[in-house]
Amino acid sequence: MNNVIYLMLRRMRLPLILLVLTYAISILGLTLIPGVDDQGNPWRMDFFHAIYFVSFLGSTIGFGEIPYPFTGAQRMWTTFVIYAAVISWLYAIGSILTLIQDPGLRRVLALSSFSRQVRRLPEQFFIVCGYGDAGSWLVHELTERGIYCVVIDQDRDNILSLEVEDLHTDVPGLQGDATESGALISAGLKHHLCRGVICLTGSDNSNLEIAITSKLLAPGVAVFCQSDYSDSAANMLSFGTDHIIDPFEIFASRFSLMFHAPSMYLVYEWMTAVHNAPLSELKTPPPGTWVLCGYGRFGKSVHEYLALKGINTRLIEADVLTTAAPEGTIAGRGTEAGTLLEADIKVAAGVIAGTDDDANNLSILITARDLNPELFTVGRQNLRSKDEIFQAARIDLTMQPSVITAQQILSLILAPLLDDFLRLASEQTEEWANLLVSRVAGVVEDVAPTLWDLEVSPLHMPTVFDCLIRSEEVRIEHLCANPRNRSDMLPVVPLLLKRDTGNILLPAMDTPLRGGDQLLLCGREEARAHVDHIMHDHRALHYTRTGIDRPSGTVWRRLMRGRT
Amino acid sequence: MNLEKVLFAFFTILALTLNFGFFVGDVDNPAHHNAYELFAALVVSLVATIMKFGDRAHIGALLLATSLVADLQLITAALIWGSTLYVMDQQLTPAITASIVSLSGGALLANLISVLLLVVETVTFRR
Repeated sequence: MNNVIYLMLRRMRLPLILLVLTYAISILGLTLIPGVDDQGNPWRMDFFHAIYFVSFLGSTIGFGEIPYPFTGAQRMWTTFVIYAAVISWLYAIGSILTLIQDPGLRRVLALSSFSRQVRRLPEQFFIVCGYGDAGSWLVHELTERGIYCVVIDQDRDNILSLEVEDLHTDVPGLQGDATESGALISAGLKHHLCRGVICLTGSDNSNLEIAITSKLLAPGVAVFCQSDYSDSAANMLSFGTDHIIDPFEIFASRFSLMFHAPSMYLVYEWMTAVHNAPLSELKTPPPGTWVLCGYGRFGKSVHEYLALKGINTRLIEADVLTTAAPEGTIAGRGTEAGTLLEADIKVAAGVIAGTDDDANNLSILITARDLNPELFTVGRQNLRSKDEIFQAARIDLTMQPSVITAQQILSLILAPLLDDFLRLASEQTEEWANLLVSRVAGVVEDVAPTLWDLEVSPLHMPTVFDCLIRSEEVRIEHLCANPRNRSDMLPVVPLLLKRDTGNILLPAMDTPLRGGDQLLLCGREEARAHVDHIMHDHRALHYTRTGIDRPSGTVWRRLMRGRT
Repeated sequence: MNLEKVLFAFFTILALTLNFGFFVGDVDNPAHHNAYELFAALVVSLVATIMKFGDRAHIGALLLATSLVADLQLITAALIWGSTLYVMDQQLTPAITASIVSLSGGALLANLISVLLLVVETVTFRR
């Protein structure tokens, strides 16, 4: 803020000096020019009246010739004063107006108000770099859950749309280059409440730069990075980026799961879904030969994973040379029937439209379906603004890179243990996944489950910790029982118990808790409040442990003591 | 040689000398103190103040502060003078003259500090 004042004062020097000098000369002139009073005696205007006269004259009020009518010489001087005063005022006001509209000054003002907003954030927050499709979706979901965000974006329009958006908390936004350390620092990178930096700029290079800057300046801050290329992902990993999200890779690996391990696919899908979203129904894609249009980053990932699962693909790519497509690739865009027929679309099981152009993708899918109505259609939707068109096209599976990235980041933020869980889950069998899916489905019914972490610590679970100190046993089921009727279990499934001796996947309900344990739960949103209650209310925990509803008031406690 | 520096020093020193010109003489004798001199001292002091705007260095802040003190003292002196003549409608008595002149004496001191700071800054400035 100080910078702005200095800048304004510095630029106001010349107009102000001009104004002072104009007034000084005008006043001096009036006191020097001889006049006559009402009796016709020679008279000279004194300083007091001269200042008064010039003051009202300069502001173009004009009370007339006072205290006596002027002589010719005085009138001539007054004429000069009128023009000089008006011109210097115009100049001064003009300078002030230019100063206010100066883009440099506006930037300084915007930056200082942004840093002030960031400094005043009351709780932990995340810095989101890039407010595109993924960024805006993520900020919306985070603020919905009361998590504070700060946004940096290079595009002025994106920052403007952030300002008009109806978000639950105030989100300070800065138009600037997040790869510059200055922008990140004013966004609160070194703030003690900063929890993480999320890089969604849409360019791997910028994401990389932001990750480097963040890790160097604030090693304790978690960094989430979107990366579309494996070599930049490796680079990001090399200096400690905490989470690297490659939407194409995520989609391709899950899509390949759908063929042979649909339950495993559902585990992934549900655990990373937005809570309270309707549960996705599983459409198993048919095995057979698939036609894949577009051999870019997306096409390469899908091709690789499908090959691993032993599913044949026919490739169609417009630019065979630059994409280094394998032999047998059909050159063409796939939007015209000829190319599709060449790829034997009539006998194919499904078609995947994976180019980076939404219109082309839609055109491919619709043309292909015309040729073979039995096709399973998979479309890549690059822009969220195309939601309606893609829905209207009734595509079997839509892949939105921005949503996949944002969902993955959101689940990692809300339940950090999820990462461990998914890694362990991937080593399990399809039968295991099948059991888990039916168990979760029984608990959550028809909406996506909520996931959350618990930590056995005095701060987060005072009641449990007190019991542990008195060496009384607390089991997971004690946290998951209904605090009103303990024979009734809450709609919760414990997914992972993380302790220093090793991780326990799907811990049994009678597993005893220990200090320092971390627990990942999944269940219905309303169960969370009950679990929270047990964690903080001694009486509730006592009841779920022993089945005895201990009276809480002193009088009752004394009365009951006699009886038991 | 820098025109801005010349003008800056010129106005700072002129403010001091004009101020001094008004101040010298018997402290309670109106005949020794001319209204034009006070006017000139005030105007130059104002210009000097504006020229010190926007300097971020520590010494710049100090220079601005001394100038503001001088302005305040001179404006008060001028206000007393004007209100005696035209509000209370009396001639300048020795007592009132003394208070006007001593106020300008205070301004003189502030201007002196200003010039001293300028000299100190110039001396400590090395290329």
